[in-house]
Amino acid sequence: MRKLVLALAGAAALTLGAVGGFAADTKEAPLPKVKWSFNGVFGTYDKAELQRGFQVYTEVCANCHSLSLLAYRDLGDLGFSEEEVKALAASHEVTNAEPNDEGEMFKRPARPSDRFVKPFANDNAARVANNGALPPDLSLMAKAREDGPDYIFGLLTGYKTAPAGVTVPQGLYFNEHFPGHQIAMPPPLNEGQVSFSDNSGSSVENEAKAIAAFLQWAAEPNLDVRHRTGFKVILFLLGMTLVLFGVKRKIWKDVH
Amino acid sequence: MADSTHDGHASRRDFLTLTASAIGGVGAAAAVWPLISSMNPAKDTLALSTTEVDVASVQVGQRLTVTWRGHPVFIDHRPAEEVKAAQEVDISSLPDPQTDQSRVKKPEWLIVVGVCTHLGCIPLGQKGTDVRGEFGGWFCPCHGSQYDTSGRIRKGPAPKNLEVPPYAFTGDTKILIG
Amino acid sequence: MTAPASQNRLVRWIDHRLPIFTFINHELHEYPTPKNLNYWWNFGSLAGIMLVIMIATGIVLAMQYTPHATLAFDSVERIMRDVNWGWMIRYIHMNGASFFFIVTYIHIFRGLYFGSYKEPRELLWMLGVVILLLMMATAFMGYVLPWGQMSFWGATVITNLFSAIPGVGEHIVTWLWGGFAVDNPTLNRFFSLHYLLPFVIVGVVVLHLVALHTHGSNNPLGIDRKGPQDSIPFHPYYTAKDAFGIGVFLIIFCAFVFYAPNFLGDPANYIPANPLSTPEHIVPEWYFLPFYAILRSVPDKLVGVLLMFGAIAVLFILPWLDTSRVRSARFRPKYKWFFWLLLADCIALGYLGHQPPEGLMLILGRLATAYYFIHFLIIVPLLGIIERPLPLPTSISAAVLGKEKH
Repeated sequence: MRKLVLALAGAAALTLGAVGGFAADTKEAPLPKVKWSFNGVFGTYDKAELQRGFQVYTEVCANCHSLSLLAYRDLGDLGFSEEEVKALAASHEVTNAEPNDEGEMFKRPARPSDRFVKPFANDNAARVANNGALPPDLSLMAKAREDGPDYIFGLLTGYKTAPAGVTVPQGLYFNEHFPGHQIAMPPPLNEGQVSFSDNSGSSVENEAKAIAAFLQWAAEPNLDVRHRTGFKVILFLLGMTLVLFGVKRKIWKDVH
Repeated sequence: MADSTHDGHASRRDFLTLTASAIGGVGAAAAVWPLISSMNPAKDTLALSTTEVDVASVQVGQRLTVTWRGHPVFIDHRPAEEVKAAQEVDISSLPDPQTDQSRVKKPEWLIVVGVCTHLGCIPLGQKGTDVRGEFGGWFCPCHGSQYDTSGRIRKGPAPKNLEVPPYAFTGDTKILIG
Repeated sequence: MTAPASQNRLVRWIDHRLPIFTFINHELHEYPTPKNLNYWWNFGSLAGIMLVIMIATGIVLAMQYTPHATLAFDSVERIMRDVNWGWMIRYIHMNGASFFFIVTYIHIFRGLYFGSYKEPRELLWMLGVVILLLMMATAFMGYVLPWGQMSFWGATVITNLFSAIPGVGEHIVTWLWGGFAVDNPTLNRFFSLHYLLPFVIVGVVVLHLVALHTHGSNNPLGIDRKGPQDSIPFHPYYTAKDAFGIGVFLIIFCAFVFYAPNFLGDPANYIPANPLSTPEHIVPEWYFLPFYAILRSVPDKLVGVLLMFGAIAVLFILPWLDTSRVRSARFRPKYKWFFWLLLADCIALGYLGHQPPEGLMLILGRLATAYYFIHFLIIVPLLGIIERPLPLPTSISAAVLGKEKH
């Protein structure tokens, strides 16, 4: 039994080791490993950080990037009160889903149940306004990239002057973490660009960290409850398995 | 051998087996709960549970239907004489005794959920040409329940008056339902 | 079959008319099981549990999911965000597919090591291979449903395999798609079949169990039971052992569901399907990687497809390829090593299936593919002839009692 397991592990290690050495190297710089509040078994979102991230999104990202899977009501998760959420929603205008009595589509202030308003009417309008590049929707960005939050943080802080010998075409920017290094998005964050009310500092790193955490929340809003539930479930299963082991031992005691 | 021991040690392992079965049962029930709970209204459905309506254009005597939580809500701009008639009914004679005053916030506006309390059909009476029944309110075509101008059941199989939804006047003619 | 001597009148009344209690008693209590089964024999019941979990979560997910090309992605995200416990049910279903394959692959390799496919269990084994095929079809179509980039391009690549069929290939692919590309009709039929096939699997599992109970379980020694001293009733011995195994398994499974739910998935599937842009690195889910490696190792389209399906077809005829009459690898000193070599080869194929098929990776892929078939078609038939097996114990109980001497 134990021999079998060891042999299995050994075979796997040997096989992987033998071929692993030839893995193609990735050209992008290694991602920074940020210590996120939501990492680990007991990780939870830092609501103050999420609110700062929301501020960065609203003041910077929202000019080009949609967040279409989120509704204003979701902002309650960040610690905003019901009234604040209503006010936040009402500061945007949406086209009502149904026409009015005269048969005309009309605009009205957004309600908490409405999805985040998109900056552009459609993808083509977004492309025209951005030199032909489409700013992607950010709702799932933190899950749609390997090590999402680290990647977002790395990308936003990864703008560098191109190394000697690398020419970056007009309208593109050198970024050490972007696949291929040439990104159409101009460096979005600057020192002091977003002034946070909690005096947590407006360095590019702080701004990038806040927006990366916010986008992780946007992609995985149920992380807190997932971690909490998981802990309880696994604790229960450990207890149950222990008892089941006892039962098995007792029942099998007399089998020779 | 195994078989001979089976009965001899039955009592010794009884407690442990029972505990294990109980824990397993609790675990299984706890695992099934999320599956059942997932069938309850989701967050986006609950968020849509209010409807706002402006009734400025509804003339006296006109009725308007709006949708709230997937059901029609009847809004009746009642003439003074209908209000008076509704208020004067002897409520002890009603199957579901309720005063008209307790069913409205402003007497001229009656707001009720347009679902027959019998088996969920939509009563007639919203259009001027509809049958409104003997009591001038609404008439359910499914099983002949008749409601009065206060939406109270007067005749037929329905057990209850038409339900009054939670609502509030947010302006003179603006109503928030839900 | 004897009826349980129940004191309960209602039980006797029912049993006289519909002998379910007799049946349960016969298949669980009287059913003799070798007393020397080790923990590798737990994986059959684990696979059964996974099937139940997948069907239970799948049914409630289907209540919230919308099989339409423009709505599917958002409806899955609605499950993740708005439906009560939706995120958990979906993560269980998503990771459940991987864990179903993990336990099934271990179950299969256990059968290979201990010779569980040999006479008189050939049909039992072949039904198992049918279940594997059905699982693969179900998993593939299920993966298409979220309609992400990997869903869409996976569906495109896999359905295009059929275009390799000479003459009618193109027509078959168009028929599979219900259009000229993977699109809404494809998604709709995949949803329908993804809902249907698990119940077909249940049916084949029942046959698998009927075949199993006809001759009973094989055992680590691979010798037949000689009498009552070699066996114990399934209940309570193996029900208790299986229950313990399920507990351990669920802990590992839940660790993934709650703490690494996307570890086994591909990030690209969180990007909505875009028929105009292929992700630069398309790979199937890990459980298809060995087959994908076989497919890509052949420069010819048709041969590649044939080899890939051949990798499973060869399992069907394995009971007749193996010429050795000794079941368990414990008594086959040479086969034992070739078994581990095959396992290493399959893991290598899985790794290579994840690498871009260029240069050295391509050469290694070809070698690993060749070895896979050499194992089944040449080594296994030859070994039965040239290998000298160790002496078999006279009976299970003799071997168990004399354990210390081994």
